[in-house]
Amino acid sequence: MSKKATLPSPVAKKKKVSKNERVSTDPEIFDLRLYVAGQTPKSLRAFANLKKLCEEHLHGRYRIEVIDLIKNPKLAREDAILAIPTVVRKLPLPLRKIIGDLSDTDRVLVGLQLRSATEIKGAK
Amino acid sequence: MKQKHRTVSRELAKCPTGIKGLDEITSGGLPLGRPTLVTGGAGCGKTVMGMEFLVRGILDYNEPAAFIAFEEGTKELVENFKSLGFDLENMVAQNKLILDHIEINRAEIIETGEFDLEGLFIRLGGIVDSIGAKRVVLDTLETLFSGFGNEFIVRAELQRLFAWLKQKGLTAIITAERGKEGSLTRHGIEEYVSDCVIVLDNRMQEQISTRRLRVLKYRGSSHGSNEYPFLIDEDGISVLPVTSLGLNYSISTERVPTGIAGLDAMFEGKGYFKGSSVLVSGTAGTGKSSMASSFVNGLCHKGTKCLFVAMEESYDQIIRNMRSIGMDLNKCVEKGSLQFYTARPTVFGLEMHLAMMHKLIIKYKPEVVIVDPISSFLTGGMGQDIKSMLTRLIDFCKSRLITTLFTDLTSAANISLERTQEGISSLIDTWILLRDVELNGERNRLINVLKSRGMSHSNQVREFRITSSGIELSDVYIGQGIVLTGSARVQQEARDRVESLTREQEIKSKQRELEGNRKSTQAQITALEAQLAALSDQEKVLQSQETARREAENLAKERLTSSRISKDVQLVSPNKRKRTGAKK
Repeated sequence: MSKKATLPSPVAKKKKVSKNERVSTDPEIFDLRLYVAGQTPKSLRAFANLKKLCEEHLHGRYRIEVIDLIKNPKLAREDAILAIPTVVRKLPLPLRKIIGDLSDTDRVLVGLQLRSATEIKGAK
Repeated sequence: MKQKHRTVSRELAKCPTGIKGLDEITSGGLPLGRPTLVTGGAGCGKTVMGMEFLVRGILDYNEPAAFIAFEEGTKELVENFKSLGFDLENMVAQNKLILDHIEINRAEIIETGEFDLEGLFIRLGGIVDSIGAKRVVLDTLETLFSGFGNEFIVRAELQRLFAWLKQKGLTAIITAERGKEGSLTRHGIEEYVSDCVIVLDNRMQEQISTRRLRVLKYRGSSHGSNEYPFLIDEDGISVLPVTSLGLNYSISTERVPTGIAGLDAMFEGKGYFKGSSVLVSGTAGTGKSSMASSFVNGLCHKGTKCLFVAMEESYDQIIRNMRSIGMDLNKCVEKGSLQFYTARPTVFGLEMHLAMMHKLIIKYKPEVVIVDPISSFLTGGMGQDIKSMLTRLIDFCKSRLITTLFTDLTSAANISLERTQEGISSLIDTWILLRDVELNGERNRLINVLKSRGMSHSNQVREFRITSSGIELSDVYIGQGIVLTGSARVQQEARDRVESLTREQEIKSKQRELEGNRKSTQAQITALEAQLAALSDQEKVLQSQETARREAENLAKERLTSSRISKDVQLVSPNKRKRTGAKK
């Protein structure tokens, strides 16, 4: 885990991502990975959307790691990444994959299991 | 090696697949550096075709390859292809092959807006570049459609993928499931892969399935447009194109003895042509198998390699039966000159049989192939298929100068014996007809040569007998304007013998009689001659007696006269005496 975290660090820094805060009330930390391929508008949009969402719903208990597959193509295999951008929820288990630019906030929340599908339906 | 197929000619550059027969149909292989779509229903052999394309590329052309599986895991692939004799693990270890399983699990994917498949491209690119792959298989790409909900994005990305493959110069096979209602693929991806489309098909006919292959489209190249049967066995795929063999094989004037002395005599005393096709047809029990076995027996003992394809009898049964007529085929098998292939025609389709024969012929390189009987194929397929199959078999054998002998059971209901149910008579060079003739409460076998291309042959009908020492031919009785066979012939011959014997004796006694006559006449002549001699003797005696008598008479007369003169002299004057003296 630590090895993997170090690998994309230069990318992460550049994009000012890696947040790692703990909230004592909820020990569950969301370990998220965002896979991108270069700085395409879609990737930038996805990152912005993800960060905004995490700040809103997971303040202080999330970690985002950005992996640029152009720089680390071998990592595409590791999480079986086909679509770009993809967010992988490594923790908590089970593993979840959310693809797309994350513009559909409701679906992202469902995907991260921060909200159940029925809640969304009810809200609508 | 690599440069071998990169032709500079104006024709489309092709990448040979190395799959038996497929390169012939596509006149050289798949389009080089372009994707080819292989489509077909479940179990048609798409994955096998893709994998063999790669493996042949590695083994025969030394081209590294990548297999991207969207359905099967790499372990499963390795296991599955072991049965085809492909050692994938070894190739992977040698860095010649990469197997990659891309799993798409829709359950764990949630789509939230726009995306692309750059991840897939990067992954593919990484794989291809890592070993410098020239050949790629994507099996089955259409799973992407089920993995991602947004079909528009997938379509756009596929289009990009094919462009990417082309740009990379990869010769790729993309497999796809056949869609419903005759559409080529379930998701219509054929519109993106437009250079070459191969359709595989697995059809059931009379409970026997046959795999078929068709090149639906091949842009910029001529290709065989027929449906070609193919099969998958432990050596991989073999496509069997009928048209791949032309009528341009060289022929031989060498002769092969028939194994039966009397039959050889019917073919100028030499036998069949080497590399010709021989048909022995007849109704049940006319001795077709025995005829075929005699042929084999004669050759195998001399060391000629033969392949005996038996469709109705087991190996042991043939050995036992032929032993009863004085042929020890087992010895030939032990010696290695005779190879048996026995299978019920219904075990698998005609194509499989043909392919098995092809393989055995290639493996054992026999000089003679026997198929006993071809009529049993009728139970395993349709008439037209049999003809096409036998045509290919004959062509294949002829091109290798292999003599083929087929036996054909003519059903009794079939009015015309001079016709085969398989309709192959025109393919046959030498046709021997066996018949049963019932006469005087017995059946006798007759043999005649219906045709024999390129040699003079006997036009006679002969009788043949299957004896404990093999097949023997004998002349039929053709005296007195009738044809007789069997015991009738024997009787007639005996009758003839008696007749001739009697005649002979008659002549002899007549001769004796004449001789006697001649002799007695001779004796008579001798007797008469003796008589004649006696008569002439008597005559001589008579004559000499007469002469003697006359002389004596004359003498007496003379004496008388002289005495009278002397008396006169005494009585007459001296004047008279002078006169008389003057007279003296």
